[in-house]
Amino acid sequence: MTMEAQADRIAWPEEAEAVERPRRRWLPFSPWHLVLFPLALIMLLPLVWMIVTSLETQAESLHFPPVLVPGSLHFGNYPSALRSAPFGRWFLNTFIVTSTVVVSNLLLCSLAGYAFARIRFFGRAATFMLLLATLMVPFQVVMIPTFLIVKKLGLFDSLPALIAPNLVSAFGIFMLRQFFRTLPVELEEAARIDGASRLGVLFKIVLPLSLPALATLAVIQFMWTWNDFLWPLIAVFSQRNFTLQLGLTVFQGSHDVFWPLVMAGNVMSMIPMLVLFFAAQRYFVRGIATTGLKG
Amino acid sequence: MGRLRRALASDHVAGWAFIGPAVLLIGVFGILPIVWGLVLSFQKSDLIDPNTPFVGLTNYRALAHDHVLRIAAGHTLVYTGVFVPVSVIGALFVAVALNRKIHLIRFYRTAVFVPVVASTIATSIMFLWLFDAQYGLANWLLGKIGVGPFGFFDSPRGALYAIIAMTVWGWVGFDVIIYLAALQGIPHELVEAAEIDGASRWSIFRSITVPLLGPATLLLVVWSSINALQLFDEVYFVTHGGPPPYNTAVVVWWLFSLAFRLGAAGYAAAIAYVLFLAILVLTMVQFWVGNKVVHYSS
Repeated sequence: MTMEAQADRIAWPEEAEAVERPRRRWLPFSPWHLVLFPLALIMLLPLVWMIVTSLETQAESLHFPPVLVPGSLHFGNYPSALRSAPFGRWFLNTFIVTSTVVVSNLLLCSLAGYAFARIRFFGRAATFMLLLATLMVPFQVVMIPTFLIVKKLGLFDSLPALIAPNLVSAFGIFMLRQFFRTLPVELEEAARIDGASRLGVLFKIVLPLSLPALATLAVIQFMWTWNDFLWPLIAVFSQRNFTLQLGLTVFQGSHDVFWPLVMAGNVMSMIPMLVLFFAAQRYFVRGIATTGLKG
Repeated sequence: MGRLRRALASDHVAGWAFIGPAVLLIGVFGILPIVWGLVLSFQKSDLIDPNTPFVGLTNYRALAHDHVLRIAAGHTLVYTGVFVPVSVIGALFVAVALNRKIHLIRFYRTAVFVPVVASTIATSIMFLWLFDAQYGLANWLLGKIGVGPFGFFDSPRGALYAIIAMTVWGWVGFDVIIYLAALQGIPHELVEAAEIDGASRWSIFRSITVPLLGPATLLLVVWSSINALQLFDEVYFVTHGGPPPYNTAVVVWWLFSLAFRLGAAGYAAAIAYVLFLAILVLTMVQFWVGNKVVHYSS
């Protein structure tokens, strides 16, 4: 079975009690719940506590023992957080950077991945190996020179500085190339004989068959870009060019003891990522299971 | 023959047209920096002065006398040495527990997966609050079972372990996903045959499950080590390398500080290259040892 098929089974397990050893029943439910339920609580605790705190008053948050259930739900912390820092701007910046990077990766990785998979051209193997080799180099080796390059190009402290180095990824090219090679070549050949151009074949035949792979690349790239911290920390300087991750650090630093406010900001910063996760859980799982990558 | 030549020529043109934009971008932002970084490591640079004189091996010689680097390297090794086994072994048990069809299993899996999509900064903010020495929920809960209170990130000796706890929380779901995919590949017949032979659950786990998960374990050990050696975000944001003087200083944090705060980019580039080499060597050793221990089924 392919890893992808396995990955789909992880995301969509069937729920059925019956399979679990009917003999030796000393509980009305599977004893695994005794392990899994506390584990799930521990994993969810930081998230739940963040949400609870974001709905408390300042006084409630600075009470010990902690107030587990707030007296009333202070949704007002959310607009307060939005007012006390340029979150709107940071959201917009992050959205512009992330969407540009995702769209550009889908396009450029598709083009390059398709050429590496199907077109025979001079220097193909060598170029491909060279691109793959860059995957082995950790970011901290290239971050200082990349900063200098961005500065030389006049992009320092601008959104293009956040976008340009991430417009295409060797990882994406590799992933799509591997996927394209699994598609039946006969369809493409037939279309070529019918007079379709390479570009036409790619866009009308190959890409429509590759939607799962494209979705996987898109969500992984989205997660990387949305959550990235180190490169924005290097590449931009003014608050008006901050991404959410940079903004959060400044916001937390200047509202150190105002935890309800900080938590409200934190919850908001995670919402787009969480919505995407729940909408496309299978693609996250597949992306991780097949590629073994987290940014 | 003329037509064939033409077709070949057009394929060359088409191929390069398709990969052109990607190759150009990766050339500028992927390959050029690798070369430039090496050059920089033999230069003196503060990232501002355009004049960057070559200083020979000075930067590499300075490595030996860098007191902070020695501390940072020690912390990086401790962090990697604890984080990797804890997260990988923890994920193994969690994945085995999650690999069954019972009620609520989707809820359990989602609970384990969700932290994977939380950013390092969002995670750090949650744990700064959870681990707050004065008002934190963690100290209150641990007090209930008679442990603590802890200083967590404020504790000179405990801060690194607080970071380990936090990053394990963020990473374990990732490892679990890889393990679950590998567990799906274990043939049912094997486990059933062992059960019929009267093998206990524990011996099935030890003698069948764990060996068959060998390749996944090797992948996770290598991959988590590479990432652990590059720990940065949490140290930069949560502890700033502290508590003072350098209780959570790690290598990438130090080289970032040198390059972007202390005006020693050439020296930082040298550290970056040495770390790169160390990661490469460790990865090769892990694969070499791993391939002797791990059995790949056909």
